[in-house]
Amino acid sequence: MNPYLFGYLAAAIVGLSAVALTRKNPVHAVLLMIVMFFHLAVLYLGLGAEFLAAVQIIVYAGAIMVLFLFVIMMLNIKEEIEGERFTGGWPLGISLASGLFLLLIIMTGNVLPGQQGIYTAQVIASQTDTKALGSVLYTQYIFPFELASLVLLVAVVGAIVLAKKKLR
Amino acid sequence: MNPVPLQGYIWLSLALFMTGVFGFLTRRSIILMFLSIEVMLNAVNLSLVAFSHFLNDLRGQVLVLFVITVAASEAAIGLAILVSLFRNRATAQIDKISEMKG
Repeated sequence: MNPYLFGYLAAAIVGLSAVALTRKNPVHAVLLMIVMFFHLAVLYLGLGAEFLAAVQIIVYAGAIMVLFLFVIMMLNIKEEIEGERFTGGWPLGISLASGLFLLLIIMTGNVLPGQQGIYTAQVIASQTDTKALGSVLYTQYIFPFELASLVLLVAVVGAIVLAKKKLR
Repeated sequence: MNPVPLQGYIWLSLALFMTGVFGFLTRRSIILMFLSIEVMLNAVNLSLVAFSHFLNDLRGQVLVLFVITVAASEAAIGLAILVSLFRNRATAQIDKISEMKG
């Protein structure tokens, strides 16, 4: 990936998420997050993960953020817009976050990459990313894949039960 | 191959993760706290995709698919809890919800 493009994407991703998480109006925050997810999808494309870039846009920007928008629509956000944005402990929060950030920057200063796998860029290019990912997912990881569908089923049932008006 | 080293992706992922941590620790609105969790999960996804690319191994991308699954379930359940909470308390501010306080 072009270093200038990477620089722009990095600045846009961190800047957009920082701006989104400090907005007063949650609708503005969600819309900025959608823009941020599109930038992340471009980054995934640069890393040779086309399928994940598509999933990022379809699932995150298309489904999860729309779910957020629907819930915000159901709630009364007047109070949130008028009230304070941050809790009283925000200096502690910002110092904890920046302290952890510095610590992790120091810790990841010399990462030693592990063992190289067999899926080099040439191998993936010869059979496309989606096909290679599918061949790994449906053979080696078939059991976790089935478990993921169970997780989604539990989430569907749980969300309906929790948001129901009255249980008889 | 890729002129941007692995380090750059890891540091970008760290910066994104810390933005999420900051939002989660400081915002009063539960909706914004959920959004912070999504930001943190995306930071982890980014580092997994970067490792997958630089180690020539597709297992990182498989893991990202599972993380996205869990993130979707978490958002659905969390927002359902928020809806039922709002129905009972008519507020989405964390410092006004203190029944469980000892």
